Amino acid sequence: MTTTAELLKGAAELFPDEVVTSAHVRHLDLPSGAGRFALITLDNGLDHTKPTTFGPASLANLNTALDQVEKEAADGDIVGVGITGKPFIFAVGADLKGVELLKQHDHALAIGRGGHEVFKRLSALTVPTFAYYNGAAMGGGVEVGLHCTYRTVSKALPAFSLPEVFLGLVPGWGGCTLLPNLIGADKAVSVIIENSLNQNKQLKGRQVFDLGIADAIFEGADFLEQSLVWTANVLKGDIAVERPVIDRGEAWDQAVARGRFIADGKVHGAAPAAYRALDIIAAAKNGDLQQGYDAEDAALADLIMGGELRAGIYAFNLVQKRGKRPAGAPDKNLARPVTKVGVVGAGLMASQLALLFLRRLEVPVVLTDIDQERVDKGVGYVHAEIEKLLGKGRINQDKANRLKALVTGVLDKAEGFADADFVIEAVFEEIGVKQQVFAEVEAVAPPHAILATNTSSLSVSEMASKLRHPERVVGFHFFNPVAVLPLLEIVRGEKTDDASLATAFAVAKKLKKTAVLVKDAPAFVVNRILTRFMGEIQNVIDEGTPVEVAEKAVEPLGLPMSPLVLLELVGPAIGLHVSETLHGAFPDRFKVSPNLKAVVEAGKRGFYVYDSGKPELDPEVAALLKQGDTVLTEEQVRARVLDAVAQEIGLMLDEGVVAEAQDIDLCLITGAGWPFHLGGITPYLDREGVSDRVNGKRFLEPGVASVPA
Amino acid sequence: MPRTVRDVVFVDGVRTPFGKAGPKGIYHETRADDLVVKAIRELLRRNPGLAPEKVDDVAIAATTQIGDQGLTIGRTAGILAGLPQSVPGFSIDRMCAGALTAVTTTAGSIAFGAYDVVIAGGVEHMGRHPMGEGVDPNPRFVSEKLVDESALFMGMTAENLHDRFPHITKLRADEYAVRSQEKAAKAYANGKIQQDLVPISVRRTTPEGGETGWGLVTADEPMRPGTTLENLASLKTPFRVHGRVTAGNAAGLNDGATASIIASEDFARENDLPVRMRLVSYAFAGVEPEVMGYGPIPATEKALAKAGLSISDINLFEINEAFAVQVLAFLDHYGIADDDERVNQYGGAIAFGHPLASSGVRLMTQLARQFEEQPQVRYGLTTMCVGFGMGATVIWENPHFEGDK
Repeated sequence: MTTTAELLKGAAELFPDEVVTSAHVRHLDLPSGAGRFALITLDNGLDHTKPTTFGPASLANLNTALDQVEKEAADGDIVGVGITGKPFIFAVGADLKGVELLKQHDHALAIGRGGHEVFKRLSALTVPTFAYYNGAAMGGGVEVGLHCTYRTVSKALPAFSLPEVFLGLVPGWGGCTLLPNLIGADKAVSVIIENSLNQNKQLKGRQVFDLGIADAIFEGADFLEQSLVWTANVLKGDIAVERPVIDRGEAWDQAVARGRFIADGKVHGAAPAAYRALDIIAAAKNGDLQQGYDAEDAALADLIMGGELRAGIYAFNLVQKRGKRPAGAPDKNLARPVTKVGVVGAGLMASQLALLFLRRLEVPVVLTDIDQERVDKGVGYVHAEIEKLLGKGRINQDKANRLKALVTGVLDKAEGFADADFVIEAVFEEIGVKQQVFAEVEAVAPPHAILATNTSSLSVSEMASKLRHPERVVGFHFFNPVAVLPLLEIVRGEKTDDASLATAFAVAKKLKKTAVLVKDAPAFVVNRILTRFMGEIQNVIDEGTPVEVAEKAVEPLGLPMSPLVLLELVGPAIGLHVSETLHGAFPDRFKVSPNLKAVVEAGKRGFYVYDSGKPELDPEVAALLKQGDTVLTEEQVRARVLDAVAQEIGLMLDEGVVAEAQDIDLCLITGAGWPFHLGGITPYLDREGVSDRVNGKRFLEPGVASVPA
Repeated sequence: MPRTVRDVVFVDGVRTPFGKAGPKGIYHETRADDLVVKAIRELLRRNPGLAPEKVDDVAIAATTQIGDQGLTIGRTAGILAGLPQSVPGFSIDRMCAGALTAVTTTAGSIAFGAYDVVIAGGVEHMGRHPMGEGVDPNPRFVSEKLVDESALFMGMTAENLHDRFPHITKLRADEYAVRSQEKAAKAYANGKIQQDLVPISVRRTTPEGGETGWGLVTADEPMRPGTTLENLASLKTPFRVHGRVTAGNAAGLNDGATASIIASEDFARENDLPVRMRLVSYAFAGVEPEVMGYGPIPATEKALAKAGLSISDINLFEINEAFAVQVLAFLDHYGIADDDERVNQYGGAIAFGHPLASSGVRLMTQLARQFEEQPQVRYGLTTMCVGFGMGATVIWENPHFEGDK
């Protein structure tokens, strides 16, 4: 049996680039003469923008610190041990870069065991231990505190979570086992499963205390002082810490069942992490900690060696890093200031855009439309939304006044746009209409003004072609609902110049959108892939496969919703329009479904009715469907759909629609909500061998979003 | 409208432990504003009867009002301490008598009726803000010989004071310093000091000063218990060759903060706040800047005259020990023995340290504790010398006074 130190040394050799966290041991005299105390500070020596993490060498440092305090405790030199973090950060868990490097199951097992072996020592000390959650705590950071006897939390703590399931792991350094034993299975399921699968929702300090994870809460201004005063009182017996008794009966099983229901709703069984975590939580009911730790080790090792986690980390990095530094964007210093925004059109989409620009840029926004009634309606919508924000307390009255005063509507474009720096159009999707609108805007707007189009399917270059200054036209393609989906496809037309493009990216950043540079190709990225994907589903239905078989065929992907539900959300008419556009561009790959056409012509807004509470095929739609007699199995449907998607992405990359497969995945994650465990889609296509089968090669190198060879 | 002058009382005072300025000092990585914020929060915790929204003003003194001691620290510290935004604040500067002036200025406003209750204190982080940081003395001071050049260097003014009073020898100064350390150590042993200290968490990221990581400061760092005359005799006289002023018979360069609650007596009683001292009179006086240590004498003369008291009525003295010579000059003037037990019973700044603008409230906090212990005493005073030739004195009455027995 190797020692903990040897285990960690071996692991550290696999990860030479670790940002190593120190575990400083400092001694202090507790207030009120409560005795000498050892306080461990976790600190990677960098400022708060580089949060403290645990890699193998960091764990080894903590292990060494524990050697020291263990001896001091045994010798009676100290009355307790505390652990806290550097300013604003407690610790944010395992270093994911180290996890990505792991190639072998036994190495993965060592990571889990190493963490357990070190953290467990905190609870084995002969003196009480205290965790002081002073700042952001995630994953292993939360878990190191769970091994302590007591915990305090700062009211100013901004983020506390066990995000493992979100990424594709389980809280495997004690989280799955200790948390339900501390606060009960139901609350533990909320933290470990529900929050994690709810876009990695973070808890604040107050909630950490209310959930019972922390025994005391203190304000940020003198959090550590008051925690140490509290510690002194606990050690002297002046404060007795009481915790509610955990219900280990039926409530435990119900909590686990609730967790499974949540997981099914989010990942539809397609990603293993949540289920593995729930198995461990279920087993933790008997209170046998070591059994739980062993189960955590096994789950961690399996998941680390599985593709879902690698895809999850890849997806996380895409969103966190590539999403913030868009590939191919021009030098940001070329961007021109945007001090006034014009919006052509005052319909719902235009009004939503006006609201977004207004809130994020806080500059004058002018709406125009063809008659006063529409203009008033558009401005009225924005005012009503501002009132809603005010009502919810998201903004105060002053801000509401300011925003309302900034939005205006006029009929005369010359009056509205004469001093606008950025004009976006959201009028009817018809190239002649758009060209006309841009010509009118160009006649009145300043020569430097960006002309942006929110088109989802028309050619940006063609739209610009009749202008005197086509170099300032960019595509600015948002996703519905505009306020929710982060993606913004920024389209460079043939003549778009760098300054205009840089301005577009600068605006996108202020709008807090994830901008991806896209070539002016039909339907750009997300709509093209979704349309190919849905088109293939539609094709097999048209050819004769029952609707429910086609729908169920892609369930194992764990997409946020089934294809036909998505079509309903988008609107069958819009879906049809995009498919017609793409059919025009690529007639051999994109068909226009006669059944879809019939549904649209019948004025149906979807395929399903929800009278029973569950989606059921609308009998009126069923009556419209004219199907062939080729019936495929779910497997056959799935293969056809995935092959189509792999082929389309391969062609898009060949055409240079985006720089790399990574941009495709980023678009699908942020624009279509495709899940982390697929890594968008290309890691999944590589993993399942679809890429090889269709294109003769992978999209990503082995080791990128997959276990390295 | 008719006005009635109201009695003003000292309700409570706390301070941070004082630290040594410089890279090895306990507060080297701690902000000055955080020190005063934590002192204010401790005051509020200790006095739950004081609803924070009732505080009428926050007056915080600092000598160097830039960086973390700038930005109108009375206002910013109030917000950082969690006081409601409706509570205003301002900054005060009278160098070493900053906190003392924060108390007297607000006390005057309370007596007048403008305030009911205030927080008054001071801070000086001499490690982050060394004496003289950013100063730009007008050249006329020198060209027109308005002051001697030595006036800007406090240690030199102390040497000048020795010149003026040749009978105050280095030996007397050293003997005084040894006693200050002894009294301070005894006060610590008896728990007199710790009760008014607020613990401060401190971070250390470089090992020169000791163990790294977060620690907790619960005691004054500058103290040197066990100091002997022999130790002191060997120290250098940095301000003058063959001089008399050393690091041993003067206060050091220190970091720390103080805060107090000052209220009208009526307000204190109505809100169940303790009444620890009652303000009798205060006065400030100017002297030649090159012998600034003489300042407490004319200031005390004025304060006594205003109160209608004589020095024999004062039975407890808290004199700031910027320099031993300055205390001895004061004692000589009034014919008080160097070791008179009424003077600085808990020791003084030579032992605890003197973070310039914070010290005035430390004197008051200690005097208040002595009043509590000695109900036979009716009057006491707090006094200090101030840079550029000033003195400041406040006379207090003991509310626990039980009459002549």
